Amino acid sequence: MSIQFATKRLGKELQKIQNYLPPGIELVSADNFEEWLVDIRVLDENPLYKGQIYRLKFKFSSSYPIEPPEVVFVKLADRPIPMHPHIYSNGIICLDLLGHQGWSPVQNVESVCMSLQSMLTGNTKNERPPGDEEFVRANRLRPNQIDFYYHDNNV
Amino acid sequence: MDSEDDFMSTVSSEDDILPDDSDNDDLSGAEDFDFDDEPDPDLGTHKDAEYRKRVAYDVSFTVWQPQDMQKQQDDLINEVNMILDISKGDAAILLRHFRWNKERLIEDYMDRPRKVLEAAGLAQSAAGPQKLEVIPGFVCDICCEEGEGLQSFAIKCGHRYCVDCYRHYLSQKIREEGEAAHIKCPSDGCNLIIDARSLDLLVTPDLTERYHQLLNRTFVEDKDTLKWCPAPDCQNAIECGVKKKDLDKVVPTVSCLCSHRFCFGCILNDHQPAPCELVKKWLKKCADDSETANWISANTKECPKCNSTIEKNGGCNHMTCRKCKHEFCWMCMGLWSEHGTSWYNCNRFEEKSGTEARDAQAKSRVSLERYLHYYNRYANHEQSARLDKDIYVKTERKMVQLQKESGMSWIEVQYLASASQALQTCRQTLMWTYAFAFYLARNNLTEIFEDNQKDLEMAVEALSEMFEKPVTELADSKLKVVIMDKTSYCNKRRVILLQDTARNLAEGIEWPGTKVSDH
Ligand SMILES: [Zn+2]
Ligand SMILES: [Zn+2]
Ligand SMILES: [Zn+2]
Ligand SMILES: [Zn+2]
Ligand SMILES: [Zn+2]
Ligand SMILES: [Zn+2]
Repeated sequence: MSIQFATKRLGKELQKIQNYLPPGIELVSADNFEEWLVDIRVLDENPLYKGQIYRLKFKFSSSYPIEPPEVVFVKLADRPIPMHPHIYSNGIICLDLLGHQGWSPVQNVESVCMSLQSMLTGNTKNERPPGDEEFVRANRLRPNQIDFYYHDNNV
Repeated sequence: MDSEDDFMSTVSSEDDILPDDSDNDDLSGAEDFDFDDEPDPDLGTHKDAEYRKRVAYDVSFTVWQPQDMQKQQDDLINEVNMILDISKGDAAILLRHFRWNKERLIEDYMDRPRKVLEAAGLAQSAAGPQKLEVIPGFVCDICCEEGEGLQSFAIKCGHRYCVDCYRHYLSQKIREEGEAAHIKCPSDGCNLIIDARSLDLLVTPDLTERYHQLLNRTFVEDKDTLKWCPAPDCQNAIECGVKKKDLDKVVPTVSCLCSHRFCFGCILNDHQPAPCELVKKWLKKCADDSETANWISANTKECPKCNSTIEKNGGCNHMTCRKCKHEFCWMCMGLWSEHGTSWYNCNRFEEKSGTEARDAQAKSRVSLERYLHYYNRYANHEQSARLDKDIYVKTERKMVQLQKESGMSWIEVQYLASASQALQTCRQTLMWTYAFAFYLARNNLTEIFEDNQKDLEMAVEALSEMFEKPVTELADSKLKVVIMDKTSYCNKRRVILLQDTARNLAEGIEWPGTKVSDH
């Protein structure tokens, strides 16, 4: 697949994003068409996430958007990893939308951010996925090489 | 390599069949074994007609070669084409949609033809068949392009994308993800499968071959009774009727025409007599314990408090555990504080703290030693089984040498090939008897099992020794008789062991899987 394919689409997305982004989503950097950083926060009063801002890192392959981007939360001094039963403490997200099976090429950076926002908004459990510690210690795979079993897509 | 494979397959096709005892009559000169005292009521009287009777542990299976599978698909397509009076192309699509269940397809189609056609993506829409179209004002939601003359395509759901994006999408699915018969519409949340006609229209020539290859694979992958032979480069599939729920009662070893023997239940190499579940458990245990096992030597003990392994590296008996800082005496395992001033010289062997610690240590030692006992024997046979590959090569070379030196014909040295094949198969079985025995609850069946195991092991080692003889001796006709004799005895011992075990498994007697104590 030509690199142009991804570049063209990302260029269009960027144009649109720079014009307008939904509330709670902010573009931090998009210096190239390989890696973008975006900040998100939840808009409601959910005590788990209130007042926090989270940093997302998007990585795009040359097959984007046919292939999903790799999306992880990154940890900084003022950017924690949100507590959620589908988010590992190293920032890896277990969400079917980001896997090959659940991804649709009509999705984009904005729609992924919105899905993550609502995934946080709807959550009440102050916990990590089962086996978090072991996973974080043992995992050497890239997020999109992991075969997550999406037990519960409603969380 | 080809010739070696052929040579192997001709021999191995025989090894799940009862050895014909009538052969042994000719070999009665052999001093080592007396066949008459072997407890085998089923053996001995079979003549040619019953020779090929399958033994108790055998499951029946069929090997499908690519041309067989092609023919079977063609036959099914032709049948559906005739019975339902639809084109062959549509028949193929319907059959794939019904996962090659012809009966269900015909039944459903007779009941509700429209619904079946619709579900398989074959229903005629009012607008006629799907085609590439240029629609004014169209914007593609994938590449976000718009423009004059942009060709686009949509399946019945109406989700329309430009042809370029559609092809990128299909290429990703077919080339990278290996999908063909069940590719969904690219739209988010739309579950409509892209029908075969649309695929034919869109799939680019560079993908056609892969696409048809994948379609062919669905014939095997859609059926529970068919599985691919896992040997590298083997194109065959095996059909076997053993169900998943029966895997605690039967170990379905199948053998491909390529000579690869594997378990139909879990696809691992043949692991008779151990059931799949036990094999999984054992392999996991071995993986978990390999480090522990390596650590253990005369110079290590476990800390009586936290059980972490402590290595002694000097003469001093005063030990401090690096992990929990517990201080104890190496000699008696007792608290160091109880030793008072008798530094470096333990004389407190009777102290209570020491006795308890020694007991606990002994217990964990016993369980570890028990595991190591079985593991070492398992690993030894595994290694020897690997060496068997070398023995094959050596045998072949020896045979050629033998033929040159003695002028024997090819057929006359086949006994060496049979002998090394028997060695390999028997070692494979032996290896798994040790994993099996590790989980075995002790009862009178255990003893029979262990006797069988011991007999097979002795037979294998006796045959194995034969291969250490120089070629000139191997050419001796007397030795030939001995080797044939020992080969046949090995095979026979293996059959007896597997048969006894299979019978007990089938009867569901307290056997691994039902009463596995977790070590
Ligand atoms: Zn497009
Ligand atoms: Zn659709
Ligand atoms: Zn094969
Ligand atoms: Zn198995
Ligand atoms: Zn300790
Ligand atoms: Zn002492």
